[in-house]
Amino acid sequence: MTTQITPGAERTLRNRVSVRMTISNSLTMAYRNLLLIRRTPQQLFDVTLQPILFTIMFTFLFGGAISGSVQGYLPIIIPGILAQTALTACITTGVQLREDMDKGVFYRFKSMPIARIAPLTGPLLADVVRYGIATALTFVMGYLLGFRWASLGGAVLGGLLVIFAAWCISWVFALLGVVAPTSQVAQGISSAILFPLTFLSGAFVPTSTLPGWLQDFVNVNPLTYIVSAIRQLLNQGTIGFDFWLSIIGSVAVVAIFVPLTLMAYMRKA
Amino acid sequence: MTEQSSALAIEARGLVKIFGTKRAVDGVDLSVPVGSIYALLGPNGAGKTTIINMLTTLLKPDGGSAKVFRHDVLRETQVVRQLISLTGQSAAVDEKLSGHENLTVFAMLLGLGRSEANRRATELLDEFGLAGAANQTIEKYSGGMRRRLDLACSMIVQAPLIFLDEPTTGLDPRTRLQMWDIIRGLVSTGSTIVLTTQYLDEADQLADRVAVIDQGKIVAEDTPRNLKAAIGKVTLRMQLANENDVEEAARITGEVLGTRASVPDPRQVTAPLTNSEKVTDLLIALRGASIRLLSVSMQEPTLDEAFLALTEGTRQAEVTVRQ
Repeated sequence: MTTQITPGAERTLRNRVSVRMTISNSLTMAYRNLLLIRRTPQQLFDVTLQPILFTIMFTFLFGGAISGSVQGYLPIIIPGILAQTALTACITTGVQLREDMDKGVFYRFKSMPIARIAPLTGPLLADVVRYGIATALTFVMGYLLGFRWASLGGAVLGGLLVIFAAWCISWVFALLGVVAPTSQVAQGISSAILFPLTFLSGAFVPTSTLPGWLQDFVNVNPLTYIVSAIRQLLNQGTIGFDFWLSIIGSVAVVAIFVPLTLMAYMRKA
Repeated sequence: MTEQSSALAIEARGLVKIFGTKRAVDGVDLSVPVGSIYALLGPNGAGKTTIINMLTTLLKPDGGSAKVFRHDVLRETQVVRQLISLTGQSAAVDEKLSGHENLTVFAMLLGLGRSEANRRATELLDEFGLAGAANQTIEKYSGGMRRRLDLACSMIVQAPLIFLDEPTTGLDPRTRLQMWDIIRGLVSTGSTIVLTTQYLDEADQLADRVAVIDQGKIVAEDTPRNLKAAIGKVTLRMQLANENDVEEAARITGEVLGTRASVPDPRQVTAPLTNSEKVTDLLIALRGASIRLLSVSMQEPTLDEAFLALTEGTRQAEVTVRQ
């Protein structure tokens, strides 16, 4: 304790945060979130229980009615569940962000010489792990029920597409989390968006069975394209037009919502 | 002029913060010399924390300006953040993480590598007597442990300017003394400390200068000694060897000092002292009358008295006076 620190007046400091520091801070924040997940594994309920339950439930509930048999329904339902669970996991991203911002620890982050967006980018990076878990578990459940993909490459690419699209879409819910006054409000609004989006899509039923006006909605629902892209990858092992549409759509979401979220966050933080 | 301002860690002029219709901070000037302990003393709601929040870039002032080591807190935010550390009133740590994990994450954010951050975390936990609770989550920490961890988090890298918002509130006397030692140690190695406190004895014990704050304004600013001198009275207290002398002693004291002496108990004489030079005359006169004294003491006024006098008529009831 006898060594003297460099006096404040003699330090040369820069008033901006470098890109390298922003990345390093974001990775540290992601590490913090992974530690939090390890400390409270119940956070993972939505990405563990849901894929297991929903896969079993929907397969046996609708299998006979929609496709005549459970086996025949699996190629339709597995891609649907993949997209649905990943999207549900996105909601949690926004809600947890809101909860995090209300914690005392954010007070410290604000007075520290770190990139101001790191507390936002960190959790979003860490959540890739959650989407990965949800995706992997759905595949496992599907396999146990008898689902077989056309090619391993197609299945892997399908899984990666789900994770990528989920990460992109999570920025929408991150924005909701940032602007919502409480985490309950964030949860409520997110659910109100999520339900029509997942059920009024091609995720669970062939769209040809729907009335005309509903088909119109389903056909503009971005989830429909993601689900059919996954179906093509899993069932035929091919990359179709829907795949590229999904990628372009996801990138567009990022291009629009990342700046919006950052702006809203900087105003609050 | 420039030399003088370079020796200041904080220079604030006319700071104002308005919440709704309330002027929480109402034109505050501060000059904190480098290497000093500076106390902001005031009752709850006086505006101490709001001042700290403006100086630490957490709140934008509605008026006035502030510089930290000559860097403007509004324009050079990121520079200022590299020069300060802040320990707030409530523990700003992750409740669900362990002490070691908290420290490691903060250390990594400050640019330490993974293994270096780990090492520093262990070191600080040892230093702050938390080694045994290193792997417990903060939820299981007691109030005192939380405060210590919070302070440890602010000490990962020792900042040139350290803000401590009520560092000893709610601590037991022993931990409070430890905290004072830590604060003195930080100053001896080159840091400047700004602390807020509601405890007059704390400001008295620690601070080089004290700003007394009431209703968003600085009502007095000086060294603790001068503040006390400006307000309080010194009391002379004499312990006699012989009870029979007490009346005679009181008479002589009254005569020499030109005041009324009182006899609080059969062997004691006390009197208010306005001119301390007269004590010599008094002692000579007492010896001349063959009155033997066991002890003579002068009681300084307490900062409590000074504080109450300064904020008189406002909200005395809210002042926490701790003995």
